Amino acid sequence: MAAHDYDDNETSHLSEMELRVRAIETILVEKGYIESAALDRIVELYETKIGPHIGAQVIAKAWSDPSFRQSLLEDASKAIGTLAQVGRVGDHMVAVENTPQVHNMVVCTLCSCYPTDVLGLPPAWYKSFAYRSRTVKEPRTVLAHFGVTLPPETEIRVWDSTAETRYLVVPMRPAETEGWSEAQLANLITRDCMIGAGLPKNPSEVA
Amino acid sequence: MDGVHDMGGMDGFGKVEPEPNEPVFHHRWEGRVLAMSRALGFLRAWTIDTSRYAIELFSPSVYLSSSYYEKWFLRNVRLLVERGLIDEEEVAAGRALRPGKNLSRGLFTLADVEQVTRRGSYGRPPPAPARFKVGDRVRTKNIHPTTHTRLPRYARGRMGVVERLHGAHVFPDSVTIGKGEDPQWLYTVRFDAQELWGADADPKLKVSIEAFEPYLEHA
Repeated sequence: MAAHDYDDNETSHLSEMELRVRAIETILVEKGYIESAALDRIVELYETKIGPHIGAQVIAKAWSDPSFRQSLLEDASKAIGTLAQVGRVGDHMVAVENTPQVHNMVVCTLCSCYPTDVLGLPPAWYKSFAYRSRTVKEPRTVLAHFGVTLPPETEIRVWDSTAETRYLVVPMRPAETEGWSEAQLANLITRDCMIGAGLPKNPSEVA
Repeated sequence: MDGVHDMGGMDGFGKVEPEPNEPVFHHRWEGRVLAMSRALGFLRAWTIDTSRYAIELFSPSVYLSSSYYEKWFLRNVRLLVERGLIDEEEVAAGRALRPGKNLSRGLFTLADVEQVTRRGSYGRPPPAPARFKVGDRVRTKNIHPTTHTRLPRYARGRMGVVERLHGAHVFPDSVTIGKGEDPQWLYTVRFDAQELWGADADPKLKVSIEAFEPYLEHA
C-alpha cells in the first residue's frame, strides 16, 4: 500500500477542519500530552502496514492447513498470534466460516466495530448509515449493492458486533486452486470477502 | 439511550456505496483525528465506552450531518474540555494558555505507538457463574435506559438462542455512568429474522447480537 497524497497538502488553502484539527493538536503538544511524531507514526502504520493483507494471510493459512483452520475457529486471537508473519493481535477475535449452506456477514449497527487488527481501518461504506441500518434486515439487498447474489436457499447469518468481540469471515476456498501456495491464495482474498460483503476473486482473475 | 445512532433496521438511508480503491483517509486531518483519539485512549483520558457514549449524545442533526471523523473530532474536543485537560479559551486561541495536567501515563510518545495499534482487552474475571449456557432459549429484556446501552432497539423483547459464551467483559452500561466496570458474562444470542422483523422477513436469515447477561432472561 502506498501512502495517499492529499489534496490538502497541494493547495495553499487549508480547509476549516484541517485548521481546527491542527489547533487541537498544537494545544495537546504544548500541554505535554502527546508528541506529534507519535501521531505521524500511527497514521503511517494504518496507511502502509496494518491492512487487509494481514487477514488475507490468515485466511490463506486456514485454507491450506486444516489444523490451523480448526484452531482459528476455536480461538481466533490465539491462533492468529501463532503466525510469525502476523504476530499478536487483540483479544476476542472470532472467526466464522462460510459453507455451501451458510454465508456470514458482519456489521455494527450501533457504531463501527471492526476487526482492525487484521483488516486495518474500516472503509467508509462499512461505517455508512445505509450499511449499518440495512444489513440486519435485508442483507441480500445489501449484497446486491456489492454485485453479489447468493442462492435463495443459502442461509445468511449476520453478526451484529455490539460488544468487544471482533468477527472475521472465513470465505470458502474457490475451486480450481489445488496446489496453490498460501501467497497465491492470499491474492484471491479481498477485504470485503472477510467482512462477508463479497466473495473471493475468481482464480482466473489472478492466475 | 434510544438515539439515532441505533440504526439497525431503519429505512431511508439509500444504497450502500462501495468506493473502488478507497484511500485509508480521505483528508489529512482524518488521520490526525484518528491518531489523537488513539493517543488519548492510551493516556486514559477516557475509556472506549465513554468515547462511544459521547458520540451518541450529539443531537440527531449533528450526528446525521457530520462525517465519521468529524464526530470523532467533536467528541475529542468535548471530552477534553469536560475533563479539564484543555479549556474553551485554549480552543478559541488555538494554543495552550496553561500547563497541562499531570497524567499518570505521562506523555504519549513514539514508544507507545505499538500498543495503541493493537486492540485492548476487555475480558475480566467472571463475578459469578454464567446464568445461561449454549442452546438455552432466552428473551432479551424490553429496556429503554436513557444512558448508554449496547442492546440495540431492534433486538429488545425478542426470543433467541444462546449460541456462544465469551467470558465476562467490562459492562458498558455501567462504566459509562461512573458505576465501575461491573464485569458481566457476554453471549452471542441468535434470532430468526421473523422474530425480529415479522412474518414477511427472509426465512433464511438469522441475526445475532452480543448480549451482556443483564440484557437476558430465560424464555
